[in-house]
Amino acid sequence: MNANLRRPRALSLHAILVFAFLYFPIAILILYSFNGAGVGGFPPRNLTFNWYRILLSDGPLWDSVLNSLLVAAASMGIALALGIPAALALDRADFPGKAVFRHLVLLPLILPGIITGLSLLMLFRETGVKLSLLTIILGHGTALISVATTEVFAGLQKLERAQEEASLDLGANYWQTFWRITLPNLKLPIIGAALLIFTLSMDEIAVSFFLIGRDNTLPLEIWGRMRRGITPEINAISTIIFLFSLLAIVLWYRLRTQAVGTPEIGAEWIQTAER
Amino acid sequence: MRMTNVPHAAVPIDKDTPLLSVRNLAKSFGKNPVLRDISLEVAEGEFLTILGESGSGKTTLLRILAGFESPTSGELWMGGERLDLLPPYRRRINTVFQNYALFPHLTVAENVAYGLRIAKLPQPEIQSRVQAALAMAKMSAHALAKPSRISGGQQQRVALARALVNRPRLLLLDEPLSALDANLRRQMQIELKSLQREVGITFIFVTHDQEEAMVMSDRIALLRSGELEQIAPPREIYTRPTTSYAAQFIGRTNLLRGEVRGGIALCGAIRFPAPLPDGPALFSLRPENIRLGTPAQFTARLLDRVFHGSSELLRVECSDGQVLTVSTALREEYAGDLQFKFSPADAVPVRETTAAPPANSRQEHA
Repeated sequence: MNANLRRPRALSLHAILVFAFLYFPIAILILYSFNGAGVGGFPPRNLTFNWYRILLSDGPLWDSVLNSLLVAAASMGIALALGIPAALALDRADFPGKAVFRHLVLLPLILPGIITGLSLLMLFRETGVKLSLLTIILGHGTALISVATTEVFAGLQKLERAQEEASLDLGANYWQTFWRITLPNLKLPIIGAALLIFTLSMDEIAVSFFLIGRDNTLPLEIWGRMRRGITPEINAISTIIFLFSLLAIVLWYRLRTQAVGTPEIGAEWIQTAER
Repeated sequence: MRMTNVPHAAVPIDKDTPLLSVRNLAKSFGKNPVLRDISLEVAEGEFLTILGESGSGKTTLLRILAGFESPTSGELWMGGERLDLLPPYRRRINTVFQNYALFPHLTVAENVAYGLRIAKLPQPEIQSRVQAALAMAKMSAHALAKPSRISGGQQQRVALARALVNRPRLLLLDEPLSALDANLRRQMQIELKSLQREVGITFIFVTHDQEEAMVMSDRIALLRSGELEQIAPPREIYTRPTTSYAAQFIGRTNLLRGEVRGGIALCGAIRFPAPLPDGPALFSLRPENIRLGTPAQFTARLLDRVFHGSSELLRVECSDGQVLTVSTALREEYAGDLQFKFSPADAVPVRETTAAPPANSRQEHA
């Protein structure tokens, strides 16, 4: 009896430790973004919004933010445009090697970014493509197709096939049926996938590192500045990124639960997203 | 739009040529045949029921008519036009699906308007036709509701309105009542039948429920393991079944096995005149056609009795061990040997086909 009671207590202590291990650094980062005395000193003193004010007038940093937004939006477009048809093929078409394809499509997400980045770099070098934001967009876009495919495939599995038959029965051809019935029913998984792709692209660093041209993305800009030492300004921008990512993930998670109703499947993406 | 796509639409309908004709239709999935050599014709304005247990191929037949499956061999013709080569969206056929398949992201009114919008009809006409269809379905009050917010019976009516608003030449109904509870079901059977008479559209209704088939149909096409067992009006298929399967599947019956010799059927202890050539024979004799009384065709003793409200079913054993079911008016007591008679004309000679499995296992895979 006693042992039974003690075990849950040990487990909850363990849970608290894990949680602290995960979130304590983030809490510190957020806290020090308001520290009047800069990065040093404990406890933080003279809480201030000063670093956020400095951040606002930092031109190069905002350029990198714009670059990142552009890259994220464009990668989202590429990943969705290629990922949705791939999901449709997985759901409907029968082709040789389908099972292999289903697993392979996940590979870019599981592969270390270094491998993806390096291989893309070699490809671009061989084909003589100049490195720029465009190469980063292509890199992110292809690496994140898997997210779009997996999310949309899950949505397709839930779609009642009779609905599409009903549409054909009512005189709509295959194309009209896709636009009027299939796609609207995939709205939630697609929005969810878009949010997730956007977030993943925004803070991606490994692939970008290999493919960067002259224009920095936000994570690379931060990384560059860090080599000259941590400034509270970096804490401030990190806090803002953290909040936006959190918002996007929460939004995505809710949509996913609404659309597919199985949060367990989403867990793997959350882990990936937080890495 | 679809009106103008059909060149034969303007041709007046010849009452002698059927609306739909199914010619030597067969379908296999892989090596597994599900339909074998089905030929039948459906007249303009007819209410035909395709009746069969699960696995009999009735749903496959319906899906071939709608265009969701293509036949392995055979042809479909509708109004002088080869039907089986057309995709589903070019057939002037609409379907009421088993689970209704309403579009969840559209309102009730948008669901009903779907076919008309696809056909690019002028907006005022769409509006008036949708309104009329919703009124017919008694759903005008719920026009702006999403399908998930209305009851199963209401969904069923919306599905019907969504199909009929397109004025199809043929309406297919795939067990549309099976999800409703018993009372609503009986009510809908009557409503569907009178609706069909009103709109004059040809209905092909698929069901596994023989009672439903009897209530609604002009004719019943009974399928058994992918083959057409018998096609006839309900009254005829009940009183004059041609096979033992038909006799057993539709209603209750006694099968009397024996032989005919010199115009007399000898089935164990039971004998009666039968104008048939000599040889082995099988007869179907309905329980309600056997009565207590003399001159007796056979005597039997009572095994058990089941109360059915207006009547009672007796299970009786003849002197030779045959067990028969007899339906009688209510009576208090039975004692000793009972004497039974029937009119020889009610003993219908049937061809032997594999018997239906017991009624309780029949429903399992539905």
